[in-house]
Amino acid sequence: MMKKLKTFRGGLHPSEHKEQTAHLAIEDCPLPEELVIPLSQHIGAPAEACVAKGERVAKGQLIGRARGFVSVPVHASTSGEVLAVEARPHPSGKLLPAVVLRPDGEDAWGEAPASVADYRELGAEELCERIRAAGVVGLGGAAFPTHVKLSPPPEKPIHTLLINGVECEPYLTADHRLMLEETARLLAGIDILRRALGARRVCIGIEANKPDAIARLEEACRGTDVEVATLAVKYPQGAEKQLISALVGREVPSGGLPMDLGVVVQNVGTAAAVADAVLAGKPLIERVTTLTGSALARPGNLRVRIGTPLRHLVAWRGGLTGELAKILCGGPMMGAAQLSLDVPVVRGTSGVLLLREGDVELRRESACIRCGRCVRACPSFLMPTTIAAYARLERFEAAEQFRAMDCIECGCCTYICPAAIPLVQAVRHAKLAILARRRKL
Amino acid sequence: MEQKLILSPAPHLHGEQSTEQIMRAVIYALLPACAVSIYFFGLPALRVLVLCTLGCVLAEIGCQKLMRRPAAWRDGSAALTGVLLALNLPPASPWWLALLGAAVAIVVGKQVYGGLGHNPFNPALVARVVLLISFPVQMTTWSAPTPLGAGLDLVTTATPLGEAKNAVMLSGRLPEALQNSSWDYFIGNMGGCLGEVSALALLLGAAYLFWKRILTWHIPLSYLGSVVVIAGIFWLVDPSRYPSPLFHLLTGGLMLGVFFMATDMVTSPVTPRGMLVFGVGCGLLTVLIRLFGGYPEGVSFAILLMNAATPLIDRFTRPRAFGEAPARVSGRQGAP
Repeated sequence: MMKKLKTFRGGLHPSEHKEQTAHLAIEDCPLPEELVIPLSQHIGAPAEACVAKGERVAKGQLIGRARGFVSVPVHASTSGEVLAVEARPHPSGKLLPAVVLRPDGEDAWGEAPASVADYRELGAEELCERIRAAGVVGLGGAAFPTHVKLSPPPEKPIHTLLINGVECEPYLTADHRLMLEETARLLAGIDILRRALGARRVCIGIEANKPDAIARLEEACRGTDVEVATLAVKYPQGAEKQLISALVGREVPSGGLPMDLGVVVQNVGTAAAVADAVLAGKPLIERVTTLTGSALARPGNLRVRIGTPLRHLVAWRGGLTGELAKILCGGPMMGAAQLSLDVPVVRGTSGVLLLREGDVELRRESACIRCGRCVRACPSFLMPTTIAAYARLERFEAAEQFRAMDCIECGCCTYICPAAIPLVQAVRHAKLAILARRRKL
Repeated sequence: MEQKLILSPAPHLHGEQSTEQIMRAVIYALLPACAVSIYFFGLPALRVLVLCTLGCVLAEIGCQKLMRRPAAWRDGSAALTGVLLALNLPPASPWWLALLGAAVAIVVGKQVYGGLGHNPFNPALVARVVLLISFPVQMTTWSAPTPLGAGLDLVTTATPLGEAKNAVMLSGRLPEALQNSSWDYFIGNMGGCLGEVSALALLLGAAYLFWKRILTWHIPLSYLGSVVVIAGIFWLVDPSRYPSPLFHLLTGGLMLGVFFMATDMVTSPVTPRGMLVFGVGCGLLTVLIRLFGGYPEGVSFAILLMNAATPLIDRFTRPRAFGEAPARVSGRQGAP
């Protein structure tokens, strides 16, 4: 019998490229010679350095203080000496302040992390504070501070917690492995998140291309009221609003937030980090990420300390094979191309792709033939070709009337365009111009 | 090593089909219809096909040279226009008619607007209508099909639609014989333009395009559906005067128009709802022109009129953006 799968409207199915790493167990990456820990690894105000050059720090020690509510602290990923606090290459493409650390090899915690006898005795505020103090952010890629999502205003109570195990970006398999190998930690984190929110319904959404993870979680959740939902394999199934539409059957209002529907979405990696933060008192100093691509000798799923330069990862995985043409942090649909291997793995690095020339075909743009594929693929139901045309004419008010601001920048339009028009890039341009104009008014 | 890194923005993957591949696939899809036309009308049909295709490609190259624009004729769109134009001409078309049509299609129908993607009207239909109005005799000189014949049967025949129109005008009644030849119409054994004859060959090509996901169902279904419904209403009212929906479907340029002309991407709406409006509009106009207009056939005019309405249709059928209206259920069920 064909099981009906939940999904959203629009989207597309790029080739998955997951077979290289989907079967590989998570391995611990050894410490590098030098860690570069940026003070801005999250959406919101960057942290403020609270260590100086020459200072010795312990593993897990606070090295950057949060500034404001939408901000999180930054911690030392291992013990060692602070070499510098200076601007360093960041995955965003800019030079941003970072704490440069030389590991001493001891990898010693300062004070032993304070573990909790029973988190069930802690109140929602206490849970939230521990999660904030540990620097937990959304590990799916956006790196939005988790405690902010856990603190909805009183008039917007949360009844549903959705756990995002979709991993719809091609190539990436880190969440898949995490669900398989660290099921207990994941479920503990989910329970903590649920208590912090007071959510009644909890649902884990996983794409149908990970049947082993689905089976594992279904078994682990048997007898509990945590649902495991199988989702159609389609990009961007894991986009927050699309996931809510698939699992809750309602649309987040334009310009609104999931909390407007009483829903919060958290990534599986985030849930596991929450478990570490609350149960073991461990700050977010490492993450699981997928290192893959045709230019890499030995791809894999790695547990990496935050701040490990890509160069170290590549060397550890047997170096490069063939000419490297593109370095990506994140997946191939939304990830950012990097200037060099000197950038570090940060909290939002869901994957690192090293691609050869053959994988990154540069196509020459031609005229729009109005085929309408971008319109049919757009999961926000926009007309990308129309918005892009207005953006190029700098008619931003018209672009706004065609709902440019509702674009989630998933890239489906550019992917599918037979004329190779950089549609999402043009829409992004329109969005920036519209925002700039709004600020002026 | 790292000097050669590519820094293009996301997304870093791209779909398989390019504009050239789409154009080529549509040309392939028209090959069965071309073959049938050669089978029934022989070498003259082949001559029209070759002249139109070559004429269009040469006109495109000439325009792009003259305007110092990049030589984009390789995208295949001009060749496709040529094949479509040939399928819209009578088999006995003189050589100058085919070449003039090719020039009109590319120069007046396409390049003056800026080339591929910018023309408001279907170039092949622009040429057909210009020729039809300017050279009515040559454009309505039909030949009887002579399967595998060496030349054209110079005893001209009428198209079924033309016969029907004449009979109704003279006697107020449809001739009996017309309604009973559906199989001949289906395989293409009747008078008409090259591509108007065989519904079967056109359906084969359309099936290929559906399989390649180049055609969507929106325009063909709404166009065919509205023709059946509107023609059906008239037929039910007075079957002696108005031909049956089946007759409408199988005669004239309807199949060619529905699957290959109305679905021209450049000149039809981009929104799914807009495509439905466009298709219904084409169907309505086609039947009205066939039944009450001065010409026996209305497909070309109907599509051109709807082409003109396309920008307006797009504007008024903008889809509701995600989360725009008061939230409603959108979680669709899809099969794995």
